[in-house]
Amino acid sequence: MNTRIISNTKVFSWKHFFLQWEWMLVGLLVIIFMMNSSISPYFLNYTGISDATMTFLDKAFIVFPMVMIMIMREIDISVGSTVALSSVVMASLYNAGVPMIAAMGACLLVGALCGFFNGYLLVKYRTLSAVIVTLSTMILYRGIAYMILEDQSAGGFPTWFSFLGWGYVGPVPFILILFIIFAIGAVLLLQKTTFGRRVYAIGSNPVASRYSGIKVDRMKLIVFTLAGLMAAITAIFLTSRMGSTRPNVANMYELDVIAMVALGGISTAGGKGKMLGAILAVFVIGYLQYGLGLINIPAQVLLIVIGVLLIASVTVTNLRGKGKFQKKKSRKSVQKAS
Amino acid sequence: MKKFGILGIVLTAILALLVACGDQGAAGGSEEGSGGDTGGGDDGDKRHAIVFKSTGNPFGEKLMEGFEDAVQEAGGEAILRAPEQPTVEGQIQIIEELISQQIDSLTIVGNDYDGLEPVLTKAMDRGIEVLSTDSAVNENSRMVHVNQADPEAIGRIQIEAVAEMIDYEGEIAVLSATSQASNQNLWIEWMKKELENADYENMELVEVTYGDDLRDKSVSETEALLQSYPDLKAIIAPTTVGIAAASKVITDKGLQGEVVVTGLGLPSEMAEYIQNEVSPWMYLWNPIELGYLAGYTAVALSDGEITGDVGDTFEAGDLGSYEVTETEDGTEVLLGDPFRFDIDNIDEWKDVY
Repeated sequence: MNTRIISNTKVFSWKHFFLQWEWMLVGLLVIIFMMNSSISPYFLNYTGISDATMTFLDKAFIVFPMVMIMIMREIDISVGSTVALSSVVMASLYNAGVPMIAAMGACLLVGALCGFFNGYLLVKYRTLSAVIVTLSTMILYRGIAYMILEDQSAGGFPTWFSFLGWGYVGPVPFILILFIIFAIGAVLLLQKTTFGRRVYAIGSNPVASRYSGIKVDRMKLIVFTLAGLMAAITAIFLTSRMGSTRPNVANMYELDVIAMVALGGISTAGGKGKMLGAILAVFVIGYLQYGLGLINIPAQVLLIVIGVLLIASVTVTNLRGKGKFQKKKSRKSVQKAS
Repeated sequence: MKKFGILGIVLTAILALLVACGDQGAAGGSEEGSGGDTGGGDDGDKRHAIVFKSTGNPFGEKLMEGFEDAVQEAGGEAILRAPEQPTVEGQIQIIEELISQQIDSLTIVGNDYDGLEPVLTKAMDRGIEVLSTDSAVNENSRMVHVNQADPEAIGRIQIEAVAEMIDYEGEIAVLSATSQASNQNLWIEWMKKELENADYENMELVEVTYGDDLRDKSVSETEALLQSYPDLKAIIAPTTVGIAAASKVITDKGLQGEVVVTGLGLPSEMAEYIQNEVSPWMYLWNPIELGYLAGYTAVALSDGEITGDVGDTFEAGDLGSYEVTETEDGTEVLLGDPFRFDIDNIDEWKDVY
C-alpha cells in the first residue's frame, strides 16, 4: 500500500514537471521569435518564416519514432544512413525506368526494411546494445548507398515531385500540413493508446514489462521499423528539395534528430518525456538556426549555441525526480551562466 | 515553487546566452562585412553573398577573401557563408536564409552539380543574381560560371612544362585522383591531345594511374610506377594530394634529378619539394584572384552591367577586363592560365594557401 502511494505521487510530480517543460519550450520559442525579430529586420516576414520551416521539417519526421525509441531506453543512429539508402534506391529505380510512384513506394519499403533489420538484430541478439547495432548498420546502409551510386548523383525527377518539398497548399507549405497530421497522430499514439503506455512501461522497466506480459520484442521491432519508415519519408522530402540525390546526403541527420528529442525533454534513461516536447523542440532548434543564419553567424558558432542549449536542457530534464539535488544543481547552472 | 525558480534561472540563462551569441554574431558579421551593420536593412549598399562548400577549408578561405576584397572595392557589402559539412542540405538552408535577407547577388561554390537547382532557381525568381565559381552548378541554376582556367589550358600546360623539364625526351606517367574524377579525366584527355604534337615524338606516356586522392594509395602507386618503369623520367600529378605524395616518394628514395614531378599542387604542401628541386615548378590557380573575379562578376551582374550572356564585358578591378564566353553548358568567365609556382615565388605563397 505504502509503495503504491509513493509511486502515485512520483508519477503525479513528474507529470507536473513535464507540463512545465513543454511550457518552457513554448517560452523558449517566444524568446527566440523576439530575439530573431530584434536582431534581423528580415525575420518577421511570412514567406521567410514558412520557407525556413520547410527547410528544417524534412528530418523532423524521424523525431516521432525516435521519441518512442529513446523512451524505450534504446537509440537509433542509423537513420541518417537509412535516409541516404532509401533516397538512392528511389532515384536509381526511377532512372532505370520505374514509374515515380512505384519508386517512392520502394523508397518507403527500403526504409522500413532497414529499420526492421535494426530491430531484428536487437531482438535476436539481446546482449548487443542498440548503439553498436545501429552504428554497424549506419556504416552498412551508407556503404550500400555508395555501392549503388558510387560517388555520382542521380536525379531528373518529374516536375510534380518537387512539389512535395517546395509546394504550398494555399499559404501553407505542403510539408508543414503533412507534419502536423503526423504530429497529431504521433501524440495520440504515444499519449492515448495502449501501445503508447507499453512504450513507457518498457522504458521504465524492461524486465518487469516482459514479465507482465508485454511483448517487448514485438514492440521493439515495431518502433524500429517505424523509424526506418519515417527516415524514408524524410528521404522523399529531402530528395524532392534537392532535385537529385547522392550517397552522402543526410549526413549527421541522426544527431540532429537525437538533439531535437533530447531538447524535447525525453530522458536518456528512458521511460520519461512527451511527444509534444520533442515536436516543440523541432521548432525551437529550427527557428534558432534560422534566426542566427539571418545575421550570418559562422556555422561553428551555431554549433556551439545548439550544444550549450542541449547541455542546459539535458541538465534540467535530469533534475526531475531528484528533488534533493535541485538546489545544488540550480546553483551550478547559475555559475555556468555567469 | 522551487521548480519554477529553477526554470526561471535556466530560462534567463538561455536568454542571456542567446542575446550574447546574437551580439557576437552581429559583431562577427560586421567585421566580415563592410563595417556597416549587417542586419541594418537597405542602406543603399548592395549585398553580395558567397556560399562555399564547407567551413575550415584553406582554399575556400582564400577564395572568400578575394571575393570580399572585390565587393568592398566596388562599395558593396560581402556576406561570407559556408555550411559546417560539405553537403547540399547545408547549402540549401544557407541559401534560404540569404533569400530571406533579400541580398543582391549570390555566388555559389556547389557541393553538387544538380542538387541546388531548385533553391537557386527560387533565388533567381526572387530577383537575386546567381553565379557559380570554382565548382560549377548546372546551367539552369546560375547565370554565369566563373571558372579558374579552361581544361584545355590546364591539360596542355602540364605537358609543355614536363617536356621542358626532361628536354622533350623519355617516359612519363600520370598519377591522377580517382578514375571517375571528371575534371582530372578531362585534363588528361587534353594532355594526350597535346602529346600528339610532333614536338613530343620522343616522349611516351606509359601509364595513367589513380591514387584516389588518398595519401597512402598515391604513395604506393608512385612506388609501383618507379618499379615498373625504371627509365621513367617524369610524373605528372594533376591533383594536390597526388603531387605531394609523388614528390615525397622521389625525395625519400633520393631520386632527385632522375625523376621530376609536376602538376597541380598546393604551395604550402609543395614548398619543400620545389626547394629541393624534385618539382622544378608546378601550377595551381590562385584562389584569391578567382574569388576576386567572382566578386566583380557578382557586382557587374547586380549593377546590370552584364546579364551573363555571351559577349558581355566588364572591368574586374586590378585584373582588368573580362568577357563572358560560351561553353558546352552555359556561359562562363575565365580567370586565365593556371598560375606557375617555382623556386622564385614559392616562399611568398607557401604561407598563403
